[in-house]
Amino acid sequence: MVTIAAADAAREPSSLRARGVRKSFAAAGDAAVRTLALSDLSFAVEAGELVSIIGPSGCGKSTLLRLFAGLEALDSGELLVGNDPIAGPSAERGLVFQDPSLFPWLTVRGNIQAGLVARGVLQAKRREVDDFMRLVGLEGFANAYPHHLSGGMAQRVALARALINHPRVLFMDEPLGALDTFTRMNLQDEMLRLWQMNRMTMLLVTHDIDEAIYMGDRIVIMTPRPGRIDKTISVALQRPRLRSSPEFLQLRGEILEHLHLAGKAPAVEPT
Amino acid sequence: MAAMAVHAAVSRHEPAAPTHSYWILLGAVLVVSLALLLLQRWSTGLRRWIGHMFPIIAAAVVLLTLCAVITSGFRWLPLPYFPSPAGILQSMIEDRALLFDSTWHSLLLLLCGYTLGVATALVTGVCIGWFDQARYWGMPALKIIGPIPATAWIPLAMVLSPSQMMSAVGLIALSVWFPVTMLTVSGIANTRASYLDVARTLGAGRSYLIFRVAVPAAMPSIFIGLFMGLGTSFLTLVVAETVGVRSGLGWYISWAQGWSEYGKVYAALIIMAAFFSTIITVLFRVRDRVLVWQKGVIKW
Repeated sequence: MVTIAAADAAREPSSLRARGVRKSFAAAGDAAVRTLALSDLSFAVEAGELVSIIGPSGCGKSTLLRLFAGLEALDSGELLVGNDPIAGPSAERGLVFQDPSLFPWLTVRGNIQAGLVARGVLQAKRREVDDFMRLVGLEGFANAYPHHLSGGMAQRVALARALINHPRVLFMDEPLGALDTFTRMNLQDEMLRLWQMNRMTMLLVTHDIDEAIYMGDRIVIMTPRPGRIDKTISVALQRPRLRSSPEFLQLRGEILEHLHLAGKAPAVEPT
Repeated sequence: MAAMAVHAAVSRHEPAAPTHSYWILLGAVLVVSLALLLLQRWSTGLRRWIGHMFPIIAAAVVLLTLCAVITSGFRWLPLPYFPSPAGILQSMIEDRALLFDSTWHSLLLLLCGYTLGVATALVTGVCIGWFDQARYWGMPALKIIGPIPATAWIPLAMVLSPSQMMSAVGLIALSVWFPVTMLTVSGIANTRASYLDVARTLGAGRSYLIFRVAVPAAMPSIFIGLFMGLGTSFLTLVVAETVGVRSGLGWYISWAQGWSEYGKVYAALIIMAAFFSTIITVLFRVRDRVLVWQKGVIKW
């Protein structure tokens, strides 16, 4: 973890830093009442790091990603990518939602190459589309429309669509949350493979503690609203990680303990 | 199949004054159905089609026969308002040149007006749907002008426009413009935010967001507007032809009525039905093409 002091020096262009971030939203129906989503949130992510973010519902995890992606403006504080403040969305910073949000009017190929079309570089990079389709195992589905795809396949397309721009940073907002366990575990390995191959910085918001441990170099736990960093845990396990290893389970226990979710030992009834 | 032949035979005996062409029509139906009966032995596809279509064709023949019985058989309905099917067919054939000409003029007028209306509506719809400024100024105008039926403008249109034809095109365009604009606006404004967010993080600029995200996302809604616009354009077309333009099927109907030639009125109505129905079918085909990506489209 990079300390705030060290972060003032020139930084890797794909590193992230948040300092004193505050973000509030107007309450529905009443513009005068504002809900504080994030307050005085500070943390840093090194270039090429994979950080899992967990926390209770409504702690502002998604808001944090949207701020980093440039889709929302912050109230106060500072958000930097490398040395540059985030001014708006960019193809350098990809985003994948829980809902794949594929464009239903485009085929799988059309969706994957959307980023190239949007940036006007399709002609030059057309060959990459096939590479990325192969990369996520969708060669046979180039001309299928999204409504024919299963949830896992749709999320693969969403991943390929985000990756084709070769983003420096990839933000993932519970990308596997809607999938069944088997598909989810397969895609976790796939995402790790893509992350290692592309050497990008990755921020993964998840509800799944196992996923957070399995994937992340570090795990950031956020407090309930207003969201700020509660605790940061380094995961010192070698990849590929064994989900049933004692170290893994011990870490899992620590996190559950911290979140007060470990459960209580049954009280012994007096006889 | 057998019922078909019987019906055809019966109807040939019924008319009091059978005409040449009606004979031919019924004969043709009979011959074609017999030919299909023979052919179906060799083609299962044809057999399925016959099984599907013949009840409805038979019903049509029964209905036609019933009309013939009521009108020329028993003369229950007063003439000249209710001529027999044979008489209608006869006037259709006698006046085919003028009918063809009228249909052509109607088609031309409809296409000009509809195209103009749709083109204008897409521009205004996209602007009002996308840009906040355009919505602020455009919505009140749309709400006030839109609901007025286009036909209510007829007196004004006749004074303002240099020719009847131009005023009719303008009126049809106006009648199409409102529903198409309205549904384009709602389609664009209801584009799912996540599509736009994803596109932004993929490096999309404004024109990509509008034309490659919002417009395709609004397409199902736009097509509903196109269908509604088509309906109002038919109405406006017929009214405009009846009161102003001196050509087209609407004009033909009121002209034939003036001469009490109700056979021709019905002939024009039948052609109109076929004409409008064909245009709707064409629009459905276009819709199916454009919206292949959508699940569960209504078949026409």
